[in-house]
Amino acid sequence: MTQTYDAIVVGGGHNGLTCAAYLARAGRKVLVLERRHVIGGAAVTEEIHPGYKFTVCSYVVSLLRPEVIRELELAKHGLQIHPLDHVFVPKEDGDHLISYPDPAKARDELKRHSPRDAEMMPRFTEMMYKMAYAVKPILGYVPPNPNSLSLRDLRTLRAFGKHLNGLGKQTFHELTKIMTMSVDDFLAEYFESDIVRSMMGLSGIIGTMLGVKSPGTAYVLLHHFMGELDGAFTAWGAQKGGTGGVSEAIASAARSHGAEIRVEAPVSQIIVRNGTAVGVALENGDEIYARTIVSGCDPKVTFRKLVEEKELPPELVTAIDKFKYRGSSGKVNLALDAAPIFPGMPDPSLIKGSIDICPSVDYIEQAYDDAKYDGFSKRPCMEVEIPTTIDPTMAPPGKHVVSIFVQYASYNMPEYGDRDQQREAFGNAVIDTLSEFSPNLKDLILHKQVLTPWDMEDKIGLTEGNIFQGELTLDQLFCFRPAIGWADYRTPIRNYFQCGSGTHPGGGITAGPGRLAAREILGEEF
Amino acid sequence: MPRVTPLHSRVGPLCQGSRWEEWSGFLTATMYELDHLHEYNAIRTGCGLFDVSPLLKYDIRGRDAVTLMNRVIVRDAKKCRIGQVLYTTWCDDDGKVIDDGTVSRLADDHFRLTAAVPALHWLQHNAIGLEATVEDVSEQIAAVSIQGPTSRDLLAKLTNADLPNLRFFHCTQADVAGADAWISRTGYTGDLGYEVFVEPQNAVKLWDAMMELGDSYQMRPAGTVALDLARVEAGLLLIDADFISAAQTMFDVQKTSPYDLGLAWMVDLEKDFFIGQRALREEKEKGSRWLTVGLELDVTVMEKFYAEWGMPLHLPDRTWAEAVPVFADAAQTKHIGRGTSGTWSPVLKKYVVIARLRPEHAKPGNKIFIEEVIEAVSYSVPATVVKMPFFDPPRKKAWGAEAK
Repeated sequence: MTQTYDAIVVGGGHNGLTCAAYLARAGRKVLVLERRHVIGGAAVTEEIHPGYKFTVCSYVVSLLRPEVIRELELAKHGLQIHPLDHVFVPKEDGDHLISYPDPAKARDELKRHSPRDAEMMPRFTEMMYKMAYAVKPILGYVPPNPNSLSLRDLRTLRAFGKHLNGLGKQTFHELTKIMTMSVDDFLAEYFESDIVRSMMGLSGIIGTMLGVKSPGTAYVLLHHFMGELDGAFTAWGAQKGGTGGVSEAIASAARSHGAEIRVEAPVSQIIVRNGTAVGVALENGDEIYARTIVSGCDPKVTFRKLVEEKELPPELVTAIDKFKYRGSSGKVNLALDAAPIFPGMPDPSLIKGSIDICPSVDYIEQAYDDAKYDGFSKRPCMEVEIPTTIDPTMAPPGKHVVSIFVQYASYNMPEYGDRDQQREAFGNAVIDTLSEFSPNLKDLILHKQVLTPWDMEDKIGLTEGNIFQGELTLDQLFCFRPAIGWADYRTPIRNYFQCGSGTHPGGGITAGPGRLAAREILGEEF
Repeated sequence: MPRVTPLHSRVGPLCQGSRWEEWSGFLTATMYELDHLHEYNAIRTGCGLFDVSPLLKYDIRGRDAVTLMNRVIVRDAKKCRIGQVLYTTWCDDDGKVIDDGTVSRLADDHFRLTAAVPALHWLQHNAIGLEATVEDVSEQIAAVSIQGPTSRDLLAKLTNADLPNLRFFHCTQADVAGADAWISRTGYTGDLGYEVFVEPQNAVKLWDAMMELGDSYQMRPAGTVALDLARVEAGLLLIDADFISAAQTMFDVQKTSPYDLGLAWMVDLEKDFFIGQRALREEKEKGSRWLTVGLELDVTVMEKFYAEWGMPLHLPDRTWAEAVPVFADAAQTKHIGRGTSGTWSPVLKKYVVIARLRPEHAKPGNKIFIEEVIEAVSYSVPATVVKMPFFDPPRKKAWGAEAK
């Protein structure tokens, strides 16, 4: 079977779909090839237990670029994000900290823990807000190549320099700190209360095999502040129907522009002739040809699996091999017979927000200590959401699905036995720990799905299970993502492009890489 | 001192911040939480429960009830079958809108009219010479409104009514939570939803029964701020926002006809005499001063205006209702009308505005400019004229097999 397209996108994750939608919108004939039976990559909703839909991997949305929502008209295609603005953090002594969106209520709650922190919080938020506003435009740039003297790179570098110059002294100082410090050291400059620091510190280690006291984690906190929801800065939300709903909306936009999306179509190799990509070979032996090939997969798959080593310069091969993944997060999804009860929760409606298990700074650091030598946290940190409190159709009436994001678990955990035993032991640690805060949880479980980093690689294709397609540390951001000289979505192979989260602006459901890659392919200037 | 509705023992404690406003002399919650967005989102994914007891309600009965209705409203009441509900306006002699509301035909000789502006005297005055009685039943009937995609499934648990076959803008008498009730498939959200009318002594029982099921259907009690956001998305007009009652202003310039309000579809000039008919006939011939349409604002341009001040784009998270100038040109030399209410629509991810424009500028697709004041400086934000409703999900009207 031979067929010709203008462009083939390998991988139907949210960035691959975004890139496809933009290319199709520009009139290109586009084909998306997805290995699995379902699109979305790590932004996927699946009915794992009959009648219960799980937001399998990713679970919240904030970083989705507003220009993508507008340009692809995603609301028309089903995007519907609900604000998730309460956070309930139970402590081990039965007390708690709640983050409220209402400033007065938030202040009263913080005052119980530290009157000083209660006053500091608005100042801290304002400072983070300023920094996020300052850094945000960079999310929309194609990273320049600092080694190049091309007019375009110089222009971007100048704009970048001018932008940094315009931040003002104080913001620039704070920015330097946040780019280098550990999240806990950074937070300790503002807050004295341990529970306040642990609540916010959790955002600094998401998806990263580092502890709250490891340098570099403060940036991950800032990354989580850069989102917005309906113009409200730093707001997080949950997509109706789970994050698969975001992928479905993007796919629907792509289809409306004529893109074709094929599932269960695993690509084995990019066909390269004389240094130029001309098509793809599928695992079933089919070959499909196109003028442009785009990979939405992570850098390892894009450069080391889909193409032969001989097609690439050795510096790039070395850089890609050194790119850090080190998946550090697991996911447990539960189908429950009824809503779980958290005895420490002063108002039961708080289960409609986020429930974070990070009762102290030392608890988080201890969780890291347990996991860093190829293991998992015996008492892990968790971000718990109950998507059925927003979208009741994800389970039968009165029943619930629970999404538990877990930090930390290693890719290899040999001391627990084979992969099945590792998964079992890890899942038990998660449920046992959560049951300490919600004693009726175990009695309610109808079905559980446990994903270790290895499972995320096996199931979704994320190397070493890294949810960001590569750690979000300073040495792997912007013009270093995925490798210096190759951060402009191109590759050494002509007509072969990259558009996954392993490129700028990185992980999370941003759709930024997909959009920027499409703009590069189409040759449009910013 | 405003009075409280029959549901106050329930809605009172739920209203966390005591954020009340007055509606026809009664306390009404503007929001139950300290923010309205959860309530708004419930309307679009679960459902919202509103205490709409303050709604003014009038029962019109008698052999000439249909004649009286036909005399006052601009639609043809004769065509209103038993169990049908009409959305309509009623006008003064000059064809200017006094109010809008619904008219339900509960029996051959029994209509019920809901209104925002007191209408007893006016209805009675027009009943002179007819065999029809008009009774203000506002306080004899309490009402809740349940609006959103899960509203039917929840309500079905409490009633013997055949809800899947109850069509949009129809009503039926039924047992709800053990009380005699009228269920009307109407609302002010542009979504699937129902209004349930019961005697005041049954209101608490009804509310409690709904609240008990609420968690399974992600229902939240919701206030007027969330409602106001939903109604703009639905392109539904609000009195004192999108128009002023001709009975409540003495200045002609502030009065509007149904044509001005984009409601030409409801004006039946061919039916029997109704108040304002002659003036409206004339207006139809000569053309109207205004046409009410939807606008979609270009927020990309707006974002640039804010960036000039080093500020991020500011989007209204709730409905504003004030007269905002609209121009044909960015230089603001040619004034062509006003925005009357607008909001950022979370479900559409668009900034939408209901606007009253000169008809020649009101064609769908026409590009115009609306004023946005940033730091006390006036900017012209490009906008496109669109048809309303902005948000119109198929579930709003789905029935029978489509309503599973």
